[in-house]
Amino acid sequence: MVWKYFRRAFLIAVLAFLYLPILVLAVYSFTSSTNIGAIRGFSLHNYVTLFTTPELTGMIAGTIALALGAAAIATVLGTIGAIGAFYSRKRASDFISTLNQIPVINADVVTGFSICVLLVVVLHVSKDSYIPLVAGHVTLCAPFVFLSVMPRIRQMDSSIYEAALDLGATPFTALMEVVIPQIIPGIVSGFALAVTLSLDDYFIAMYTKPATFDTISTYVVNATKGAQTTIKTALWALSTVIFFIVVLIVVASNIRAMRRGDGEGGRRA
Amino acid sequence: MRFSRKTLGIPYAIFLIIFVAAPLLVLFYYAFTNGQGQFTISNFVHFFTDPNTLGTLFYSFAIALVTTTVCLLLAYPVAYFLATSGIKQQSVFLMLFVMPMWINFSLRITALKEILNLLEGNLAMHPFLNAVIGMTYDFMPFMILPIYTTISRLDGALREAAMDLGANSAQTFLRVTLPLSLPGVISGVSMVFLPAMTNYVVLDMLYNSTYIMGSLIGSYFAAYNWHGGSMISLILLAMICIFTLLTGSGDESQARGGALL
Repeated sequence: MVWKYFRRAFLIAVLAFLYLPILVLAVYSFTSSTNIGAIRGFSLHNYVTLFTTPELTGMIAGTIALALGAAAIATVLGTIGAIGAFYSRKRASDFISTLNQIPVINADVVTGFSICVLLVVVLHVSKDSYIPLVAGHVTLCAPFVFLSVMPRIRQMDSSIYEAALDLGATPFTALMEVVIPQIIPGIVSGFALAVTLSLDDYFIAMYTKPATFDTISTYVVNATKGAQTTIKTALWALSTVIFFIVVLIVVASNIRAMRRGDGEGGRRA
Repeated sequence: MRFSRKTLGIPYAIFLIIFVAAPLLVLFYYAFTNGQGQFTISNFVHFFTDPNTLGTLFYSFAIALVTTTVCLLLAYPVAYFLATSGIKQQSVFLMLFVMPMWINFSLRITALKEILNLLEGNLAMHPFLNAVIGMTYDFMPFMILPIYTTISRLDGALREAAMDLGANSAQTFLRVTLPLSLPGVISGVSMVFLPAMTNYVVLDMLYNSTYIMGSLIGSYFAAYNWHGGSMISLILLAMICIFTLLTGSGDESQARGGALL
């Protein structure tokens, strides 16, 4: 009996460790306090600052645009890469899979630094062109799309593709109308994963971004070093907004999964 | 050329050669040359003879080791209690533990920083402790998920069999569940240990002036010293490869992706 309560208490304590900082910050984001601990009155000014300061809204829009753009490119590349690798001869396929593993296991610091050295230092591509930044994020994301699509291709019934060819479809039509629809769940989760990775990245953006552009991560890291309290507390509001968006997405995907009645769906947001 | 599915691999192979293979080759070149483009091993020698860089290496190891241990000591019971709890909505509870991963890490560390500030006063006083707390806070979900997945896939009949054959619950855990859950532990360890050696921005954000391996790359980058930075990157890459081979986690390297989805 004691053991049962201990188990529960342990789970709750770890949850508290994970969530208390975010929740405390969320509460303070609705006050005019500039420090945790000093309670002042209710105020929405952090949210007003967050959504009316061009520097902040621009940074948020830039982060989202970068994530969606890089994820879209990564999804196309990773998907065709996985299809190509699966149907290639073993040596070619192993070559692609091995290179694909490198950004996955590598530290992001090293990935970001190496891309910066190649593109910016050796090839003199200007960071202001956004090419190093986008290339960096696509390099971070595409391998995960590849890994997310590959199991779907393995599970696919390849005789359907053959049947489409026998029935007169060109290989391209057969690919678009037969293969892609069968692996679409892998493509969608690969895209979602790519967006998440790009949104959470700090190091690759840090080493490849134009000096005037900031993602949420690079902006927040810089802001913690500065002493501007209006920006600091506006970021509390941003943290709260993101927290609620994540909660909404998770709840929505869980409800959808429960309606479908398969537990697996809940885990794949 | 006629279109076939094989040809689809070509653009991706080219992409990987340009953005994955070529940058690493360039790292090699820069690591073993000096500013005049002459071959040199001085960057390499410097790293292994300078007490500062060696100190950083050992300090990173210490932080990574302690962080991984703390993560494991917290995450294993969480995963075990959750997987064996018999709660119907296990996936919802699991989701609660994993959800922080989707909130931007810099915002989460900001939140943690405010709390630590309140508790400790001056954050700079406890650099090691704060580094461990910050990284544990950041990386713990990556440890919980693989361990939970392994334990929840274990055949419950094995545990029942052990009990039927006279093992008490401690023996059952130590001789059946724990050994069988090791693959999950290994994949969790590899997801925490390596970031803990390199993710220096967690330290920076907590007003920490101590250096880990990643910080060295950051400082060389800030000083435009590509040769020094490349050498540190190569050394890190070598350690990552050795670590991956030792733990066999290459096959499970989907873990980071698996954890996020």
